[in-house]
Amino acid sequence: MSKEVKLFLGPNHPGMHGNSSVHLYVEGDTVVKSRLVPGFLHRGFEKLMERRTWMQNLALIPRICVPEPDINEMVYAMAIETLTGIEVPEKAHWIRMIILELARIAAHLMAMGGIGGATGLYTMPYWVMPDRDRILDIFEKITGARIYHMYIIPGGVRKDLPQGIEKDILEVLDYIESRSDEYENLLLKHRVIRTRTKGLGVLTREEALEMGVTGVGLRATGLPYDIRKVDPYARYDKVEFEVPTATEGDGYARFTLKYLELQQSIRIIRQCIDMMPKEGPVNVRFSRGSALRFRVPAGSVYAHVESSRGEYGYFVVSDGGEKPYRIHVRGASYPQGLYGVENKLPGTRIEDVALWLGTMDFCSPEIDR
Amino acid sequence: MSVYETFKKSFWGPTIAWKRLFTKPVTIRVPKVYREAAPRYRGFHVNDWELCSGCSTCSKVCPTDAIKMVPVDITVEPGKKAQRPAIDYGRCTFCAMCVDICTTGSLNMTREYIHISDDPNTFFFLPDETGIHHNNPPLGYQRDENSDLLDLERVEMEELPGEDRVDSFIEFVKGYSREQAIVEASRCVDCELCIDVCPANMDIPRYIESVYRDNTTEGVDWIYKTNPLPGVCGRVCTHKCETVCSIGHRGEPVAIRWLKRYIIDQESTEDIIRHAKEEIVKKSTGKVAIIGAGPSGLAAAYYLALMGYSITIFESKALPGGVMRYGIPRYRLPDEALDKDIEVIKALGVEIKCNTTVGKDITLDELKEKYDAVFLGTGFTTGRSTRVPGTDHKNVLMALPLLEKIRDYLRDPENAEKPPIPASLIVIGGGNVAMDVARSVARLQKMEGKKINVKVTSLESMEEMPADLEEIVEGKEEGIMFFPSRGPKEVVIKDGKIVGLKTVACTRVFDEEGRFNPQFDESDVTIIEGEMIVEAIGQAPDYSYLPEELSEKLEFVRGRLLVNEKGQTSIPWLFAGGDIVHGPDIIHGVADGHKAAIGIDEFLRNKEG
Repeated sequence: MSKEVKLFLGPNHPGMHGNSSVHLYVEGDTVVKSRLVPGFLHRGFEKLMERRTWMQNLALIPRICVPEPDINEMVYAMAIETLTGIEVPEKAHWIRMIILELARIAAHLMAMGGIGGATGLYTMPYWVMPDRDRILDIFEKITGARIYHMYIIPGGVRKDLPQGIEKDILEVLDYIESRSDEYENLLLKHRVIRTRTKGLGVLTREEALEMGVTGVGLRATGLPYDIRKVDPYARYDKVEFEVPTATEGDGYARFTLKYLELQQSIRIIRQCIDMMPKEGPVNVRFSRGSALRFRVPAGSVYAHVESSRGEYGYFVVSDGGEKPYRIHVRGASYPQGLYGVENKLPGTRIEDVALWLGTMDFCSPEIDR
Repeated sequence: MSVYETFKKSFWGPTIAWKRLFTKPVTIRVPKVYREAAPRYRGFHVNDWELCSGCSTCSKVCPTDAIKMVPVDITVEPGKKAQRPAIDYGRCTFCAMCVDICTTGSLNMTREYIHISDDPNTFFFLPDETGIHHNNPPLGYQRDENSDLLDLERVEMEELPGEDRVDSFIEFVKGYSREQAIVEASRCVDCELCIDVCPANMDIPRYIESVYRDNTTEGVDWIYKTNPLPGVCGRVCTHKCETVCSIGHRGEPVAIRWLKRYIIDQESTEDIIRHAKEEIVKKSTGKVAIIGAGPSGLAAAYYLALMGYSITIFESKALPGGVMRYGIPRYRLPDEALDKDIEVIKALGVEIKCNTTVGKDITLDELKEKYDAVFLGTGFTTGRSTRVPGTDHKNVLMALPLLEKIRDYLRDPENAEKPPIPASLIVIGGGNVAMDVARSVARLQKMEGKKINVKVTSLESMEEMPADLEEIVEGKEEGIMFFPSRGPKEVVIKDGKIVGLKTVACTRVFDEEGRFNPQFDESDVTIIEGEMIVEAIGQAPDYSYLPEELSEKLEFVRGRLLVNEKGQTSIPWLFAGGDIVHGPDIIHGVADGHKAAIGIDEFLRNKEG
């Protein structure tokens, strides 16, 4: 009988998906027990938000999810807009969708690179990161920043799109599409990748539903649950796109769906550019007064959007003051990141742990908020 | 179809990357290769020190406390502070909220984004126009109307339109509703620039905050700390605070005066009295006489009464209030507002002896005998004349006596003497008193069923007129005609009746050094038609109540009494304030009264000791 050994994965480890730690108890090369040890990244976002004004939180919230920060801005804005009852201008809806889908592509590319890295296929991150950088260039032109955009604000967006940016966006989309064959060949058709991810971390529909897993984790079990379809926000009900699903529920199915969704995001952005009004306001002030004294009417609301990792939501409570009374963040990777690590990781071989975390969309800041 | 079948296994899959084996990698060697940032880039900050007022709004909005206001060695002017924002780039998140809220537009972000240094102190940076590396970097992120975090538009004050208000003396400014006041109060950024410029140093941000929090009771407490005439000042203050309001750089300043009025209008006289009595700080002994129940006298009386002194005010008129009661027209300052303020002061035990003229009914020497200290707040009570030929005509009047007559008549039409209501009037002067005369007579003309025919002529051009802009605008709306840049030459009289005023063009009012030194173009002569003339070119003090031996001991500068910072004259027991010290301004009078109260308290305590 082999001896049980305790191994520490992270917080500083190339195979760890963020600044968390997982304690692995292994027998031989198989994990028999695992414990998530959060706190290395703890920044107390939810509590910090209660101490800052509604506007000041705009600089804080994108940091909850580094690969895809814009979804935080979107749900926060949606929650406040619901509480204030304000109607967002038409053009702002379309701009928001462009931003969200660009961020989704960037996040999917990063995740695909992560899967490559976890299997030793470092060419994949070397390819996708410069490609993702082209999207960050677009963000820089639109918002003035590459990562933390602080662009989607309550009432609309912070600024109108710069002149001629549509052309730049389409060029980037064309470029990413032109890379599709290479991505497919390198990652999705790769024998090693297929071999290592097929049958890895199988999640049944019942297990996914029980744990609260959404996104590709749930869609890989055949359930087409996508907030953009089931509870459309912005103008998602006006564009045509598909929600790819699979039935296998394993690692390969999950990252294949990511790749297919990337194609759908490109499709959505093209429609947004076509259908977006050329003129019109992009922002409505939800409250008069200086930013220091913005108030949101008392009430509570749950706003949710579809992030690249699943359902991402904010439960916001306002007591009518200048600061939120309470904000709870529903991180999309929280269920699989916390319950999944402890319940589903056992049985995995050590070399597959990083891959398991990658295909499960484990994002530390969302858990360790 | 199974997702496994979507992408079939490829034999060449693992080798697909080899085709790029000899492709040159994309490498940017920072900082050797400079990458131009996007035009909207949120890079390092720059700040135009000339434009920056040091208001610290950027520091308040910063979500990470990355901005600290640092004292700087610069010459400070009203509405500016000797401090500038310093950015700690160890904390800055480059969110640009400081840019979006900057009240002056001085703070901006550049496209500069690389700073490499072994010295961590260089990351704490006091930005100026030259940027972090002093190389005048190109601007990046700019604020626009969408991203602006200030509310630049004032909540409109409801008031009667010109044609509706000109046939009565009813107060035409209606005051804010609760909702309007809260919204207007929410525009304040708490920069405190207003405090320094207010002669009474009122803690304006605190009482505005109380409006925002819907707690006017607290607002009353804040106001009464420095001003016991808020009902008056909430209506007719010269609002120097609004002139320097930081929001006013890019938009309309916060309506500080109307918010003060809102607070006082919300609270009953009884409640305010209760608050005032809670403020009584100590029980002192001593008696103080105050001459004149104007702004400075009433303010001195209030604060001395809070200290426990026995106060008697001697007022020559039938009612207390001075210029507030007899000078300012009722449509701007109704008696009820003034009475409310005076009731609070009287409730503290202040005795006001009206119809008592010092120098006639009681001498200053007698007051010296009976009281421990005397405060002079006698104001400017006599008018100045242009002394041009014809001003001795009986239909050439002085502004203040006419305004007094109008207010007396409106107060008691049955018993008071009716003021003269000419078919046409010429007012000489461009100040607020001139506007008061013109607008009052226009109302009387309308009430009598006559056509409004009031002309205002002044040495100053429309832009230079010393009257408040709103007075000029409202006067125009009410049908007043303006003849600016004209100097009076002679009253034109025919058959013993005034038919007009001969004027010449005034080419310059002030010389290069800013002194009053008008120049005229004698070739440009115009006669302004009118049958009555009112001179409103300024007022002067009347010191006839001062005994000669006292006058000789007192120091005067251009007709005003010289006092120290506590309001004390060169005679220790004699204090003074208001118009006779600072010139005609209610809020200066209030400030002088407060300072003199502190000075008198000190004087009496030292005397006791």
